[in-house]
Amino acid sequence: MVKIISEPIQIAGVISLVSSPQAGALDVFLGVTRADSQGREVLYLEYETYEQMALREMTRLETEAREKFKLLGSAMVHRIGRVDIGEASVAIAVSSAHRNEAFAACRFLIDQLKKTVPIWKREFFADGSIEWSGESPQKRTEQVR
Amino acid sequence: MKIKLLLFSSAADLAGFREQEIERDDLKVAGNILGYLTSLNTEFDKWAPYLRVAVNSSYVDTNHQLSDGDEVAVIPPVSGG
Repeated sequence: MVKIISEPIQIAGVISLVSSPQAGALDVFLGVTRADSQGREVLYLEYETYEQMALREMTRLETEAREKFKLLGSAMVHRIGRVDIGEASVAIAVSSAHRNEAFAACRFLIDQLKKTVPIWKREFFADGSIEWSGESPQKRTEQVR
Repeated sequence: MKIKLLLFSSAADLAGFREQEIERDDLKVAGNILGYLTSLNTEFDKWAPYLRVAVNSSYVDTNHQLSDGDEVAVIPPVSGG
């Protein structure tokens, strides 16, 4: 089950999506927004997405994880729009018979999501500046300096 | 070739639009989109190594053949999570 929503993520609801009588382990990962980005104070974040493709990529990752880690259930929910500091921007939940597969699958899903799913984060800083997160030619130049 | 072009994040900022229907003879493969964008704003030249192209919601190589009616999206480095 994959979802992109613009309201706060309800964790209990995400957990209920993956519950299974065969499960001996249920893992949840929450990505939450942090108040600083490389030493600069962040007020809030905004996420945008190419929704149709993001849902397709998330579904592809879920299918891969279910096979690879023999999952009983999986759910990925990403929030878009404004997300205040300390709130969850993404929730991943998986269930499996034993804990090793659940831990590994949770990690696999968040790592892959951050590499391929078309979602972008914009940081609104306390100093008034606004920047897209992620690699850019400008950031590369700054690192070289 | 007639396609629907979608831009996101920093690519939309650089171009000044998010969506455009375009019809051009010089669009044959996915990579040609980057040339078109550079003709609008030369900054796209620096961005080229960072941008990926998706056709009809799947990532493609720059030599992927375009077809009439394709939805072509320019995907800057993603930063979800």
